[in-house]
Amino acid sequence: MSSNESSSTPVKSTGLHVGAIKPGVAKKDPILVADGVHRQFGGLVAVDVEHVEIPRNAITALIGPNGAGKTTFFNLLTGFDQPDRGAWSFNGNSLAKLSAFKVARRGLIRTFQLTKALGLLTVMDNMKLGSTEQTGEKLSASLFPFLWKKKEIEIEAKALEILTRFKLDTKRDDFAASLSGGQRKLLEMARALMTNPELVMLDEPMAGVNPALTQSLLDHILNLKKDGMTVLFVEHDMQMVRHIADWVIVMAEGKVVAEGAPDEVMKNPAVIDAYLGSHQDIDLGAVTGRITLPKISKEK
Amino acid sequence: MDFLAIFNSSISFILAPTTIAYALATLGLAVHFGFGGLLNMGMAGFMALGAYGYAIGVLTFGLPWYFAAFVGIGASVVFALILGIPTLRLRGDYLAIVTIAAAEIVRLLLLSSAFGGITGSADGLSGFNGPGGTITNPTVGAGGFNESNPIPPGDYGFVPFLDNERTWYLRIVGIIILTLAIFLVWRLVNSPWGRVIKGIREDEDAVRSLGKNVFAYKMQALIIGGVLGALGGLMLAFSTNVNSSVYVTSLTFFLWTALLLGGAATVFGPLAGSIIFWVLQAFLGLLFPALADAGLMPFTTIQAAQIKYIIVGFALVLLVVYRPQGLFGNKKELTFVK
Repeated sequence: MSSNESSSTPVKSTGLHVGAIKPGVAKKDPILVADGVHRQFGGLVAVDVEHVEIPRNAITALIGPNGAGKTTFFNLLTGFDQPDRGAWSFNGNSLAKLSAFKVARRGLIRTFQLTKALGLLTVMDNMKLGSTEQTGEKLSASLFPFLWKKKEIEIEAKALEILTRFKLDTKRDDFAASLSGGQRKLLEMARALMTNPELVMLDEPMAGVNPALTQSLLDHILNLKKDGMTVLFVEHDMQMVRHIADWVIVMAEGKVVAEGAPDEVMKNPAVIDAYLGSHQDIDLGAVTGRITLPKISKEK
Repeated sequence: MDFLAIFNSSISFILAPTTIAYALATLGLAVHFGFGGLLNMGMAGFMALGAYGYAIGVLTFGLPWYFAAFVGIGASVVFALILGIPTLRLRGDYLAIVTIAAAEIVRLLLLSSAFGGITGSADGLSGFNGPGGTITNPTVGAGGFNESNPIPPGDYGFVPFLDNERTWYLRIVGIIILTLAIFLVWRLVNSPWGRVIKGIREDEDAVRSLGKNVFAYKMQALIIGGVLGALGGLMLAFSTNVNSSVYVTSLTFFLWTALLLGGAATVFGPLAGSIIFWVLQAFLGLLFPALADAGLMPFTTIQAAQIKYIIVGFALVLLVVYRPQGLFGNKKELTFVK
């Protein structure tokens, strides 16, 4: 696997924006553009995004404090929820009012914060389900195996290739319910790849995944970019964001409050205030005063 | 107490037309719940529509039996559409509530004297199977099911399957329909279509996120299961009169018991479950009154006949707790409790 070298030196895409960096800055080649997207739950304004553009063939991180509206924004963009108002387009085509499955068919595939592996289907069936344009999924055609057997074999070969990449090939005949939490995350991402997406939206892909698996997940995400896909992900692990993201969008209270390349954004005082906290680089033990780290205390 | 007679009449239920009818409806429930995850608590309504559609088609519209059968099937499709369009977008438990209510609405409409001229109200309908179907009024129901019987009159078979030509014809037609239905369901659930349906059972949002039109698939499953239910009702109507008192909610629960007994997410479970359930029902229904008659139980004969329902309820509880996947279900595939 060549992904090890790519992870050690991820090639960052730069020069993605046009003009001065500010929230909602225009991108050179945006794949997704959202305008005035507003969603209110009763008195709570969950999402109120004036303008945001997601750069093509880059890895964009969406960060922000809990309750900032990141997942709601995901839901709105993918048709799982409908906004009160607003417009957004994917590859220049409007996605407003489109139902979730139609959005997915356009090539915009998401995963979920709470993993949705289909427990009582085998890993292989989970994968096959991801494949698009299957004749056998039509009710009338499903009764005649000769119409879909060939496609089925193709899908299986492709699924096995992706499963091997994700080191799940030995689990192919197990129920997805028997996988561990981290493996389910992998399976969900692998399944999303079966649809040949253009834009992959990952909702907290690293939550609850052990460090070693995180490493391989990172490689997979970097590989997506290498294969020409665009990635938008929500994540709280700042180390990971800094490592793989080409662009970071910060949300707070439903609004986009900052944007930029990872290193710059993390120095932004507004972002530190709203989200990162001033102790982001310090060991938690030092913050609470339980451990004194000599180096840090010297700096202070 | 005549054990042999009890045993024989119980065994005769293995291939009785009613057992076949219940097996068909249970298969419909398997499509709904076992594969599609749709909690349909109103299967009796689908059966009633199948039975009444056929009976009314013959009696009121004077259709030959095969066209009248399609009236029954068509009615169940319409019923599925009416139920599905508002409820399939909601969460699964809402469908359960709506179906149970809708089935009761169907039953009460059929019972209502407002349409007594067509539905027969509380008396139900009879004579639609053609001359020979009922003793009274031999002229109605010309072109009914019985007239298509090619078997010459007489008794055939051996005890406990010693029956007249009418029952044998019904049995053969029933077995053909059931075999076809089982084959079609088996074919469907083992196809990519079945994969999508099972995926929807597990998590419909996940399937939606992969670009599948979840609503359309659920509707298709609801219609297919509903048609199977209507075929079950049709089989019942072929064998006897139709009466709204048959298509009550407890009939739905018997179907559920048979389904869970056999295994919800299996193709042959509904058949096996139905056979076991109805044979056992018949056996206990005969055994307890006989025991009471012989003075071995402290009940009257009529009370004793009701004990089987207590046992059925108790068995259902034990089944769901200790073997939720049913007799034929995969141990790993605990469909009922996740």
